[in-house]
Amino acid sequence: MLFTVLLYTSLFVFLLGLIYKVSTWFSRKIGIASKNFTTSERISAAAKGILGVIFSPKILILAKVFILDVVLQRKILKEDFLRWIMHMLIFTGFMMLLLMHAFDSFITTSLFEEYYSTVNPFLFLRDFFGIMALAGLMIAVYRRFILKVPRLKTSPMDYYVIIILAVIMISGILLEGIKITSYTEFQNMVENYSGLDDEGEILALEKLWVKDFGLVSPNVKGPIDPAIIPLSKELHNMHCAECHSSAEWAIMGYPAAKLLKPIALKLDRLGGVNAFWYIHFLACFIGLAYLPFSKMFHFIASPVSLLANAVMDKDKSLSANIATRQAMELDACTHCGTCSLTCSVAVAFDKTGNLNILPSEKLVFLKTYASGKDLKENEIKAIQEGIYLCTNCDRCTVVCPVGINLRELWFNVREDLIQKGNPIPLVLSPFSFYRGLNQQKLDSKNYSNPASLTKDAITDKCELMKNPDEVISLTPINKEFKEKADLSCQATTYSYCFSCQNCSTVCPVVSNYENPQEALGLLPHQIMRSVGLGLKDLAFGSKMLWDCVTCYQCQEHCPQGVKVTDILYELKNLAIKESFNNE
Amino acid sequence: MNKMIKYALFLGCNIPARVQQYETSARSVFAELGVDIKDIKEFNCCGYPLRNSDFKTFVLFSARNLALAEKLGLNMITLCKCCYGSLKMAEHHMRENSFLKDEVNETLAKEGLEYNGNLEIKHFLSALYSDIGINTLKEKITRNFKNLKIAAHYGCHALRPSNIMQFDNPVSPVIFDRLVELTGAKSIDWSLKLECCGAPVLGINDDLSMNLTEKKLTNGKRSGADYLCTACPWCHLQFDSVQKMMIDQQRLNNHLPAILFPQLLGLAMGIDKQTLGITMNQIINFTALSVVDV
Repeated sequence: MLFTVLLYTSLFVFLLGLIYKVSTWFSRKIGIASKNFTTSERISAAAKGILGVIFSPKILILAKVFILDVVLQRKILKEDFLRWIMHMLIFTGFMMLLLMHAFDSFITTSLFEEYYSTVNPFLFLRDFFGIMALAGLMIAVYRRFILKVPRLKTSPMDYYVIIILAVIMISGILLEGIKITSYTEFQNMVENYSGLDDEGEILALEKLWVKDFGLVSPNVKGPIDPAIIPLSKELHNMHCAECHSSAEWAIMGYPAAKLLKPIALKLDRLGGVNAFWYIHFLACFIGLAYLPFSKMFHFIASPVSLLANAVMDKDKSLSANIATRQAMELDACTHCGTCSLTCSVAVAFDKTGNLNILPSEKLVFLKTYASGKDLKENEIKAIQEGIYLCTNCDRCTVVCPVGINLRELWFNVREDLIQKGNPIPLVLSPFSFYRGLNQQKLDSKNYSNPASLTKDAITDKCELMKNPDEVISLTPINKEFKEKADLSCQATTYSYCFSCQNCSTVCPVVSNYENPQEALGLLPHQIMRSVGLGLKDLAFGSKMLWDCVTCYQCQEHCPQGVKVTDILYELKNLAIKESFNNE
Repeated sequence: MNKMIKYALFLGCNIPARVQQYETSARSVFAELGVDIKDIKEFNCCGYPLRNSDFKTFVLFSARNLALAEKLGLNMITLCKCCYGSLKMAEHHMRENSFLKDEVNETLAKEGLEYNGNLEIKHFLSALYSDIGINTLKEKITRNFKNLKIAAHYGCHALRPSNIMQFDNPVSPVIFDRLVELTGAKSIDWSLKLECCGAPVLGINDDLSMNLTEKKLTNGKRSGADYLCTACPWCHLQFDSVQKMMIDQQRLNNHLPAILFPQLLGLAMGIDKQTLGITMNQIINFTALSVVDV
């Protein structure tokens, strides 16, 4: 009764979870791409898209991707053999156990008339699949906790899955082991199936089972008289053999039984079989109910992602479907860390410790962000840095084993995250090139906001720039500032400047403007002098710093050997540090 | 060529994602010349985009790449001038400042790497010019452009600061022109030859960026060029994709197509257009590229 209630409850939760999760694919809005679509528009676009693919030659692509990428996991194999083995072991082991063992009354019995879980090949196969899954889990633990694969982060989600799967497997093995040793089980079987009632005969059978089948009986102690064995065997063949292969074929359960032997009788009296039966089933039910909410859900979402990405194209597919696909892709991520391993800028994480720089961790963030969580100020800053510190090299997209189109996801989410009205220092760097290259896809109204906002935030702190009429006081000299401007060991060359203006004359940025001072603030030679005079506000506050194209014409043409461009670089570093307290 | 020349190829981030034709054309040229190329999967960004915000992280980025190539005992070749400039700059700073080098090596040691400075960094053009040599290149050229005028765009970060880059004479460089003229094309004189393409401030100040691009394109066109030739993905994207965008925005009336140097050289070597990815460029003038057998 309890079993049935629990089974149906967990099944109900599982199905409800499944429906809920899939519905979020159509309702969650991610980034700028999904703003204009309602859920119903997205559902009908998806139906249209799916039907369009099914009734077109693209179905062949789907078939190919299904076999190579979904079933055979080609992408994982390309990256890492150990991981491929791990995944194959867990996947095959569990799927086969699910089909053959958990659903035996539906599937196995209807396929094989002679099915008994206790005869070969089923007895052996169950344990064999168990070994596969367990070995896979052990590799998972080994990779995460012993080998410590670089940049492979373990989140609570990863722990939960490993723990649940491990409990299911280990409790299953122990349950089998205890059942093998259990005297109560033996008595029940004899009573219900053998039809034996002669106590002598039962004892003879019992002795054989103790000797060969791992049974632990209170009645059989010490060495067994070989004379009785022929009778035992005859009884066994008549009453048991049809449904019982040799227990040794339970390659996990039988060793477990041997291990439990010293405490087997006690366990049996305490109802060990029942206890482990409950643990095993409860773990399975919890796993089932929790599945749609855990990373195990990837067993549905990842194939969908692989298939969808194989036939979708950002220029041809409906935008509503791309919005839906991106919501789905968040569920497809298995947090495997392949993207972070190959990421071009991941070294920056090693240096700054901002987890959001790693693509795999950005996805973790996006999962919570997409569910509508409010962000604290420091969280916003960290994710803005993480999402912008990206060269858009596409390596993450190329290697993702579940085919997530990370390139498009980043582009879409980045725009949403940087338009939050706060300054972002990295926007004033060549990381902005990609955004500039793709500006036609962005809302032209807000396009330049992040850059101008950040420039203003820096200038705002420079009082002297805001009040051009103020009399500049040259004493005392800001020594602290002058000393700081020495990062690159050549920055102190500013002191050689004699204001010949060569740098400003050759500067292509200066010559771009009719009234350069109005457009740029201070010109390069003036900035050099400002540093020399310790006037921090003037050195930091000019637009010239951020408009410098770093072409090194100024530095090349300085008759005094002032490292003009390098000093401008250095001032940018310092201005960012001081304005945004990134120390 | 007597001995086999071998390099670790540093592609950087732009080329594999956005200028694949640069990679395919350069690789086909290398193959034709018998240059041995080693790919190092673990390479990361050169650090160039970080120079504005974080000098030390920039140096670490470059140093990690250099250490990876050094570990295999290889010299490094870059196709990108900004990668070249960054790697050379980082090399310079670590040579000048042993504290910086030690600090970087401390971080690199965590993954078993160490940078000692025992490798050379080459740009594609300087490798062709100095390592492989004009004579070897001449032997491989089977076709000449009939009547092609090229505006060679040198690119700032390879040329300057010249004391560190050691690429060519910063005021009157010749390498690129000589290489271009090997193909039978004429390398024209144009006044903005050594100026910036505008790419470094795209996305920061687009107006400025596009103005600089426009000036160069107009100057090249007025000086009689049929094509502008690049050897850097940033410059190429700027003169190709951004020029296309400027035409779309009606900011530019007169266009001047851009071609990557290995595409130009490849055509003269008789490599097919498909391999060279000519059609992957946004703006193409096929007639100007017609060739005759040598």
